[in-house]
Amino acid sequence: MTAVAQALAGLKVLEFGGYAAGPHIGKVLANFGASTIHVESRERPDGFRIQYPPFKDDRPGYNRSGCFAFFNDSKYSVTVDLKKPPGVALAYRMAQWCDLVIENMRAGVMDRLGLGFATLSALNPRLVMLSTCNMGQTGPRADQPGFGSQLSALAGLCGMTGVADGPPMLLYGPYIDYIASLLGASAAMAAVLRVRRSGKGALIDLSQYECGLMFMGAALHEFHASGRVAQRCGNDDPVAAPHGAYPCANGGWVALSCWSDAEFAALAQAMGQGALAADARFASPSARRANKAGLDALIAGWTQTRGADEVAQCLQAGSVASYPVVTMSGLFTDPQLAARRQFRVRRHPEMGDHAYCFPGFDLAEAPGDIVGPAPCVGADNEFVFRDLVGLSEAEYETYRRQGVFD
Amino acid sequence: MLLTDVLIIDATDRMGWLAGRLLADLGADVIKIERKDSERSASQWRAVNVNKRVVEHDATQAADRENLASLLACANICLLTPGSSQAPAELDPHALRAAYPRLVVVAIRSFGAGGPRSGWKGSDLEIMAAGGAMALAGEPDGEPVRISEPQSYAWAGAQAACGAVIALYKRETTGCGDLVEVSAQACVVTALSHAPAFVDLSGIEPTRAGAFMTGRSITGARYRVFWPCRDGYIDFIFYGGAAGRRTNEQLVAWMRARGAELGALAAIDWKVWDATRADQAEVDAIEAPVMKFFAGMTKREFLTEGHRREMLGYPVSTVADIASDPQLAARGFFQSVAGAAEAFCGSFAVIDGVRPPLRHSPGEAFALPQRAGAGLKLASAKGEMRARRRS
Repeated sequence: MTAVAQALAGLKVLEFGGYAAGPHIGKVLANFGASTIHVESRERPDGFRIQYPPFKDDRPGYNRSGCFAFFNDSKYSVTVDLKKPPGVALAYRMAQWCDLVIENMRAGVMDRLGLGFATLSALNPRLVMLSTCNMGQTGPRADQPGFGSQLSALAGLCGMTGVADGPPMLLYGPYIDYIASLLGASAAMAAVLRVRRSGKGALIDLSQYECGLMFMGAALHEFHASGRVAQRCGNDDPVAAPHGAYPCANGGWVALSCWSDAEFAALAQAMGQGALAADARFASPSARRANKAGLDALIAGWTQTRGADEVAQCLQAGSVASYPVVTMSGLFTDPQLAARRQFRVRRHPEMGDHAYCFPGFDLAEAPGDIVGPAPCVGADNEFVFRDLVGLSEAEYETYRRQGVFD
Repeated sequence: MLLTDVLIIDATDRMGWLAGRLLADLGADVIKIERKDSERSASQWRAVNVNKRVVEHDATQAADRENLASLLACANICLLTPGSSQAPAELDPHALRAAYPRLVVVAIRSFGAGGPRSGWKGSDLEIMAAGGAMALAGEPDGEPVRISEPQSYAWAGAQAACGAVIALYKRETTGCGDLVEVSAQACVVTALSHAPAFVDLSGIEPTRAGAFMTGRSITGARYRVFWPCRDGYIDFIFYGGAAGRRTNEQLVAWMRARGAELGALAAIDWKVWDATRADQAEVDAIEAPVMKFFAGMTKREFLTEGHRREMLGYPVSTVADIASDPQLAARGFFQSVAGAAEAFCGSFAVIDGVRPPLRHSPGEAFALPQRAGAGLKLASAKGEMRARRRS
């Protein structure tokens, strides 16, 4: 590790599983000082290591994946073959050592591996275990496998994206997994806090589907209350008008919105067409909505001749909400994100310098950090098992001879 | 309950509402500070302010200011959206940290506390744009879009809750509170997943893909995600790897059992097929017969049979589909506060086999303890509040 974070210093976290929803919890906790150990096996490493680009220099490899790196910076990696009895025995030793187990396998898999909560909590009564999967541990579809990119559709999020007369739109990556992982991190930490007060461990059953619905709570409440089925509506808003994205010079876009007639007057002034504010077609929100096509054309006619940054700065000077539609490369140069060091470069043994993403919050008096790069497969076996878990040299050698680390 | 004895003062506007709701779901006692004339009837308020109690506050009234100070003296966490119209002006994050050294103060802002654009105005639309999410959503040649149900406030609330419990852990370890600074813009960046890594590692700029997925193949091939069906859309993708293999095999078996035309699918050995190397011509050829097959089924048929066959893929739900989902009913996800008919998303996690019940209706008043000697019973169960009364 190349940096230090202190808020969660001393917290010991063990991860079984892979891909997104489980590992992202451990990443966030590691960014604030927890010792997080990502358990894989060399035979079945984390699927994100190899299944999806990008790879460094477009050459796939277990230690070259940007996808794996996103979810696993600041952690240790160990390899344990859980299909071998000594591997399970080693997992028991780790469970006795740690405070929190995070697993995101299909419901029932941990039990079948001999690593269910009943077994592990008998070994460590203070253990918190967070089990997260698509549907949760119970219910008629508890056993359904799935990826977050598609679960976002089941939770209504994709159906609420796009224009009214067009198809649903994709949300990049496993969108819902980040919801579940952030909610899961809060639940896990709340359980750890209870352990500190009461000594009582906890089992948290976290359905990624249900977590995603928390981001749809208002639409669901409205349906229950009135029967109204919310529909996708592009960038329209029931209050603000205009409210949308407009093309700018050089292929850029700018988002802007007016929440009052005064803000619309400021927009019209910035456009050099102050008379629009008194024009009957645009004098009220309802009028602006009724004449949306004409108004959008006027605004686009102004924005298209200017850069997105220039438009946004001009409008912000007039207290109109606006911001460039930031591209992926633009994230690395956005002055606001740069000011809070949103991306932090760490040197990886095979990938070289790579920019890792920091969470959206920080503690002013005990700041977090990207403590280290994502680990290579099994890179930390000796350190974790000898120095952290506390195996003797003879024990470690016995496990090695038994092929547990293969 | 996990956060029993944790008292939270929630003085946020919409950007922070979810944070308090999530912490209330975990057992915290959340007191929402509201202006006397605030709007509380809309779904957007009620859905995320259930499970809290309300104290009305008028900053011009000395008694209200004193009451708020009394609450803060007992609180573990204070949630703020500084500068918002709902935030009591006297609640400055740094001043609170100075006045209450053990207090965890969470300050949620559109663009964070520092930086050249920290004072910029931004609603959900601008925050989603600033966080990169709109650059990735919409038709490739069309307008970037946000999700029609506002998301940036929820992202900020979710990360704020996470920061709050991390700071609470630190407080229990060190005895000191902290100031948790939250940038809604930065919170949205998390939702972009590994898209920025394409720029950093490969120099590729991920963009809007419409109803397709890019970035799966090193050839740049696009995979269809949304397929029209009889009553809407199905989300299905040809995945690679072990998980994709089973799904792809099962889809072909299902199509064969129905007598559907297989086309290019018939010749593929899914054990060796590699989604990361398929080119566009190959992807188009295998997707054509699937388009016809899905067009004839309903969303619920796909959900049911897909589950039976252990396939990856889900229908594109509306809120009506979600409200009638048997999986959610079996797990008791939708809940009401005892005795009321109003339905909400229940607590988000099942703890030790039990989903914590919702305890307070939206807008339920919190009865403030009276001045010493007044003799009114304390409505809060908080131990710290009791201690205050005794003192």
